[in-house]
Amino acid sequence: MSFAAEEILQTIKMVMVEQLDIRTVTLGLSVLDCAHPDAAQTARRLYDKVMHAGGQLVPAAAAVAAELGIPIANTRIAITPLALVGAANSPHDFPTLAASLDHAAADLGIDYLGGCGALIAGGLSTADAALIEALPRMLAKTERLCASFEVASSRLGINMDGVWLMAQAIASTAELTRDRDSIGCAKLVLFANAVEDNPFMAGAFHGTGQPEACLNVGVSGPGVITNVVRALPDADLGQLAEAIKRIAFKITRAGELVGTTLAKRLGVPFGCVDLSLAPSPVPGDSVGEVLEALGLERAGVPGSTAALALLTDAVKRGGVMASSRVGGLSGAFIPVSEDTALSRAAGEGMLSVEKLEALTAVCSVGLDMIAIPGATPVATIAGLIADELTIGIMNHKTVGVRLIPVVGKQAGEWAEFGGLLGRSPILPVPAGSPAAFIRRGGRVPGPIHGLRN
Amino acid sequence: MADARAVLTVLGADRVGIVAGVSGVLADLNVNIEDIRMALLGQVFTMIAMVNVGDARAPFAEIQAALTSAGQELGVQVMLQREETFQAMQRI
Repeated sequence: MSFAAEEILQTIKMVMVEQLDIRTVTLGLSVLDCAHPDAAQTARRLYDKVMHAGGQLVPAAAAVAAELGIPIANTRIAITPLALVGAANSPHDFPTLAASLDHAAADLGIDYLGGCGALIAGGLSTADAALIEALPRMLAKTERLCASFEVASSRLGINMDGVWLMAQAIASTAELTRDRDSIGCAKLVLFANAVEDNPFMAGAFHGTGQPEACLNVGVSGPGVITNVVRALPDADLGQLAEAIKRIAFKITRAGELVGTTLAKRLGVPFGCVDLSLAPSPVPGDSVGEVLEALGLERAGVPGSTAALALLTDAVKRGGVMASSRVGGLSGAFIPVSEDTALSRAAGEGMLSVEKLEALTAVCSVGLDMIAIPGATPVATIAGLIADELTIGIMNHKTVGVRLIPVVGKQAGEWAEFGGLLGRSPILPVPAGSPAAFIRRGGRVPGPIHGLRN
Repeated sequence: MADARAVLTVLGADRVGIVAGVSGVLADLNVNIEDIRMALLGQVFTMIAMVNVGDARAPFAEIQAALTSAGQELGVQVMLQREETFQAMQRI
């Protein structure tokens, strides 16, 4: 037999017991050729192209998952940023385009369709402004659409006017979806240094440097790592890093195999594996639990930054060896509502917004799925965004911001989003106003070390 | 042919007839058993077989369905998955 029984059983255990699965297979699709001066035509072309290109995605993913014995949790599509596609249409046409995309996503049976955003780090085009204006209603009225906006980069700096607009958009979206704990905001991400091939939502979009179509993969393996760590109670940190690295190789290989197999069946190039450890609300599928297994009482206590950096770096070392192409965010995912141990720690007051921000400076991909009081002033939301974007541009890394001001709820109450989005305590936000600073507007220059030539 | 090979795993409480039941399904579908290993760990029955579906009489999904059904009757969990999974995850 080519494989030892232990190897077979370990692989099966990773899936059946330790919650190893593919978080998402995301078909990236260029839709620039759908542009048309008549918005009804653009909408029709978008629907037809998404339906045609994505027609086999759901059945092929199901077949690949069944044959390989590796479950795939979500199938998704990411398109060219919508602001580019709809630029030739009238400003008020974006909702029509959005509705068409949402119908296509529903008809295909995919979980999400991302890319309904724009790149505004250097400023806003007319179309960008129109899209942002329509955005809250679009997110409130559609089910499966996600939007992301790059508002800062290490070269272009921070577009503070854009930050203010987006903070207002977040507040409006929260208000329009207040009957569902402001869930509309869970479909909106702001980025510094956005990447073109991220398979995860809500940030995924198909960048203009990408091919006609490609298939990107995100894996979910924190439970596997937790069990490896728990099996080594006496290991020192170096030994744990090595053990995590080795298991991360196997986890990433699952993603690589699913990605390359599915890409071949769909007849599209394989894009990348995103190495990020993606937690889910399923018990045992938690990054917070890995940190607890490493020896922290809770995620968020002193030592958490060190522990999370150790974990993320070890995952990268093993993952890079395992994959022919690593891309996307490939960092630590710490979405508070989507991780049972993180939301518990936050509920106990052990994990604060300030600590979450510190973690983004080294390894975490951003302030993600963080519920804040609905009464948080827009200027404060803007301040939180600006701080996070600054961490991204100063460290030459990608960071995202996905804040959910839960209208009608205060710190200490809980927001229930459901499904993969989970549930979360509402975290207190520091008092005091940055309004005068934010309202100055303009562009904050990028850091001097962004000038690398 | 390498990509016709799959790993069959059977796990469950030991009882008479498991091997016969599972291999009967494979024989009916013309799936060849290339290697087979069994162990009884306490009361837990474990069987791992390398099979070849290259000349099988049914598509992969149907073979899986037939095995799952047999497994339910026998009170064991039966999994069939392509060899690539193990090749990818357990080999450099």
